[in-house]
Amino acid sequence: MTTRFDKLGVVIAAIVAYAAFAAPFATLRANRIVPGEARSILEALPPTLGPLLLAVVVVAAVVALLKTPLILRLAASVVALAALALLIGVAGGFLTPEGNSFARISPASGFWLLIFAFTLLLADGLTRLNLSPSARIAVLVVTAAAIGMLLVSGSWNSLSILKEYANRADSFWAEGSKHVTLALGSLAAAVIAGLPLGILCHRVEKLRAGVLNVLNIIQTIPSIALFGLLIAPLGWVATHVPGAASLGVRGIGTAPAFVALFLYSLLPVVANTVVGLAGVPRAANDAARGMGMTERQRLFSVEFPLAFPVILTGIRIVLVQNIGLATIAALIGGGGFGVFVFQGVGQTAMDLVLLGAVPTVALAFAAAIILDAVIEMTSTRRREAQPA
Amino acid sequence: MIEIEGISKRYDATTVVDDVSMVIEPRTIAVIVGTSGSGKTTLLRMINRLVEPTAGVIRLDGADNRSLPGYELRRSIGYAIQGHGLFPHRTVAQNIATVPVLLGWDAARIKRRVDELMTLYQLDPQAFGPRYPHELSGGQQQRVGVARALAAEPNVLLMDEPFGALDPIIRNKAQEDLLAIQKRFGTTIILVTHDMEEAVHMGDKIAVMDAGKLVQYARPAEILAKPASAFVETLVGASEKPFRLLSLGRVRDAVETGAAEGEAIPADTSQRDALAELLWSGRPALPVTGADGKPLGRVTVDGLVKRAARPT
Repeated sequence: MTTRFDKLGVVIAAIVAYAAFAAPFATLRANRIVPGEARSILEALPPTLGPLLLAVVVVAAVVALLKTPLILRLAASVVALAALALLIGVAGGFLTPEGNSFARISPASGFWLLIFAFTLLLADGLTRLNLSPSARIAVLVVTAAAIGMLLVSGSWNSLSILKEYANRADSFWAEGSKHVTLALGSLAAAVIAGLPLGILCHRVEKLRAGVLNVLNIIQTIPSIALFGLLIAPLGWVATHVPGAASLGVRGIGTAPAFVALFLYSLLPVVANTVVGLAGVPRAANDAARGMGMTERQRLFSVEFPLAFPVILTGIRIVLVQNIGLATIAALIGGGGFGVFVFQGVGQTAMDLVLLGAVPTVALAFAAAIILDAVIEMTSTRRREAQPA
Repeated sequence: MIEIEGISKRYDATTVVDDVSMVIEPRTIAVIVGTSGSGKTTLLRMINRLVEPTAGVIRLDGADNRSLPGYELRRSIGYAIQGHGLFPHRTVAQNIATVPVLLGWDAARIKRRVDELMTLYQLDPQAFGPRYPHELSGGQQQRVGVARALAAEPNVLLMDEPFGALDPIIRNKAQEDLLAIQKRFGTTIILVTHDMEEAVHMGDKIAVMDAGKLVQYARPAEILAKPASAFVETLVGASEKPFRLLSLGRVRDAVETGAAEGEAIPADTSQRDALAELLWSGRPALPVTGADGKPLGRVTVDGLVKRAARPT
């Protein structure tokens, strides 16, 4: 036997086999809240396209299963993903009964599993390519552009998520910008407050344990509880501090959400600043002082550049965490994509939940890729710089 | 000239440096020797005020070293440490330029000085200037560390075990380089080490420290001949004494008239190496030649053995 199987390929092939032949490809519902009827690939697509899609995913799965050249695996995953992305739109149009605007077609578990399997294959291939940070960002941009083009072209318009979007286009972008503002704003505030606090903790040893423990405890408070705890003090501030209310400080709404996200962000920023500064070689610090750098010169030209990649890692954790956590802000009227999630849960309209969840996940994913690339770019020199 | 007067450093109840006074003549090398915890590094760090003394005064060319802010004082004094302390995120050229940049030299002058020092240390400025410290060998890193300390043409250079991390062969070379550069620039060097061999080799004067006190401060020959205490005696190493004494002198000073068979010894070889050569070759005498290759006379085992005896 000369044929050998790729380990990850076995998993991918198994998922594809189940998803393509046993799981439903699309769900058809008479309206947006009733349970739906499952449709397989062959049922969901026109007679020519159904077998074609099956053929594509099976061939791609075989490519994944066997030990094949990297370039072939990448091509297979891209072709399969593109076919799935295009044909789910076709399925939407094919399944919608003529002139019926209440019916909802949504991708079902089979579709999502196929997407998952081939994304896994693509990610594995890209990892093996060992792409440079800028190339990774380029791949991200191309992917985003491709998805953007599909959205603009209208080929997905017959799908249920986009029907929910069409009904809420204005509020979608408003909540989206609120979401991003909340996540980035609290991150910026945490960096502005956390960096000096981290430097202080590094310099003053007595402060370190205390500050880090307090931040640790804050981190363990469940987010909903923290929102609740903030209502009273912020309400008090709004009524007693002149000008606070006009700035938007209130017991509920954006203010407590912002404060809570800020508090959650502090620990990673402060802890990583402390760790980063502690990792600066002693001899470099001693030499910097011995050659006549002032404390400030030493901080900015020796300690900070050397600690920067570690601090950036903390910022990455915070950004990804905040994009996810900002969803909960909707609970207390803080806005963001969470609004759709909670409305959807309230109406048992899964499509509406997805309208909130999918962009959140995409944002967090993109933020992680971009910041990972930036960290790698800044730390290349540092890693080389570690004494051998 | 560096005058240290009644310098002490106490941390709470422990006295690290206890009432030390010594004078270091300009253009000489003073080596501070001691075991770990003897306070030798603290004494060194009080000269450029990385450590502030509890009592006493240190004067550099007559001026109290507290008459300037600490960081300005330190810019005027070279500083090289064990493990070199190079900045890992800066290139070799940037590392060497550290103090000139702090002093605000113009770019052309900095580049000239960096190139000069790198050439002096046998590092090609084109090839090594843009590299990062981790791309260099240990010996090269050490040279860059010393070049960086010398960049702003300081009159005084403080060195804290600068050769401690080097292997014996590279250490020897580094010591010779430092001696040559000290002669060339006339820098006053204060060097801290725990290695008596290095102290005897490098020092115009040796200061022996024990438990914070300056036990003896004298020329190497005197330290070897008349150790002030049992501690100095141990540090010198009883069995090593005659050889260390010989290592201070050159063959030039031990030449006797007469001829001898065998391979000639250059006149600037140390007497210790000459004795080793005589013993190894099994001959009682060997001819000596000057730098120009002319015979000067001979050196004998008997003559060297007499010189290795305790001076009276």
